[in-house]
Amino acid sequence: MRTDLDQDLALAWLRAAAAAVERQHEQLTALDAAIGDGDHGSNLRRGFAAVTAALDALEPGATPGTVFSTAGRTLISKVGGASGPLYGSALRTAGAALPDPGADLTALAQAMRAGLGTVRKLGGAVVGDKTMVDAFEPAVAALERAAFDGFTLREAGALAAEAAEAGARATIPLQARKGRASYLGPRSVGHQDPGATSTALLFRALADAASGR
Amino acid sequence: MKKLINTPESVLDDALAAIAAAHPELTVDRENRVIHRADAPRPGKVALISGGGSGHEPLHGGFVGPGMLDAACPGEVFTSPVPDQVLAALAATDGGAGAVLIVKNYTGDVLNFALATELARAEGIEVHTVLVNDDVAVEDSTWTAGRRGTGATVVVEKVAGALAERGAKAAEVAAVGERAVAASRSFAVALTAATTPAAGRPGFDLPADEIEVGVGIHGEPGRRREPLRPARELVAEVLDTILADHTLTAGDEVIALVNGLGATPLLELYIVHGELAARLAERGITLARSLVGNYVTSLDMAGFSLTLTKADPELLDLWDAPAATPALRRP
Repeated sequence: MRTDLDQDLALAWLRAAAAAVERQHEQLTALDAAIGDGDHGSNLRRGFAAVTAALDALEPGATPGTVFSTAGRTLISKVGGASGPLYGSALRTAGAALPDPGADLTALAQAMRAGLGTVRKLGGAVVGDKTMVDAFEPAVAALERAAFDGFTLREAGALAAEAAEAGARATIPLQARKGRASYLGPRSVGHQDPGATSTALLFRALADAASGR
Repeated sequence: MKKLINTPESVLDDALAAIAAAHPELTVDRENRVIHRADAPRPGKVALISGGGSGHEPLHGGFVGPGMLDAACPGEVFTSPVPDQVLAALAATDGGAGAVLIVKNYTGDVLNFALATELARAEGIEVHTVLVNDDVAVEDSTWTAGRRGTGATVVVEKVAGALAERGAKAAEVAAVGERAVAASRSFAVALTAATTPAAGRPGFDLPADEIEVGVGIHGEPGRRREPLRPARELVAEVLDTILADHTLTAGDEVIALVNGLGATPLLELYIVHGELAARLAERGITLARSLVGNYVTSLDMAGFSLTLTKADPELLDLWDAPAATPALRRP
């Protein structure tokens, strides 16, 4: 079996995600201020700073699953709001699906599909509700297609990032049906969803981390 | 942004330290971010726990004490607490009779309390949850996240707290809390937006002569923007909106909460209450009890929320029962 995803790549991915959140937390907060309560960026920034510290403390030789589970537990215990339990539970579920030291692209796609399933179960959201699912679902689908087509992880990461970014942009004309933006009714139209935007950041971080492979 | 803070990042920690100094009858666990009764746990008493984002003071820490909450878990400003905080609150207050969690219907609060509930139940603790969803500004349908929890939270914490203090079982305490939720409807109007320390600027831009109608308590804008009108007209409209969704008729009694959102003078809240009393009298609805003041705030938002709870002898008895908390005291 090919081992596209090992501990080093899992660590590189989450560290790239933390760096992206640090760079763009003000943009995420601004998007959230438009249709939510304006704390998405600062909440994720606090969470990913704690994730970075938790990953630094991991023993060498941890599986990708342990890396994801550690990050997930940290997000749940540090972030609060809706994004903490949603991202945290997604990573924990994905981590539980990756018990081996290495995983191929198919296994990664399956783990991300399981993580997405947890998000959908907890939040009750489907594509079109103007939530993180609008970016998460197409990104997972892109990973699955790439695995089926025999692409490399580098190619798959780029495709997933593009799909997530397109999904995030596609939330702009939607009326929110879940989360705090749903309280705005028709006034939520015309703004990009902050959760979908941060999800796109996370998949762009995967593409960046995999670009060396 | 002009705020009496040290740094935006330290607002919650600084406030928690200060609450401990101001209220020796409360214990503040700064590490876990839990405010609980200094005499907890009380053996045999149901632990009544609530929590939510900070910025709504005195909710919830201000309602910890005999007759109301055993513990409160404050999250970051306008952000729900994390499951660890709820578990720490349970550990500090569980007297062996189980716990009732009072949760406002916001996605983040619901998810974090649900994760904590799952973990606590796995440890064998009896945990019930009362979901507060009184805000009629939100259409309650499959197309929204459901109605928000707002002012009725105070009513629920008061009546459930009184019953818990009398030694009722967890299921009975939860049931009276749910009854209070079902009997309550709320609606809020904002004259200005709130400024969170993290964002540093108002959550929405509002022209000087306009108001947001149907706002929530997190600085999120309402569903409509309208010109400012005299209090008489505003209260009439808010009352009509609530009554359109309530089963109140002539002869009924209500508990009324006229609540400030943080920056409204009491003088104005009393004017709102006066208009409310007059409109209710016209409809033959009896104003059985009133509470006027800042109870469920949104930092520095100006405006008010109105909560009406249809009363009955049991709810009135529990509403009148003794309470000794920083923000609500009853002899």
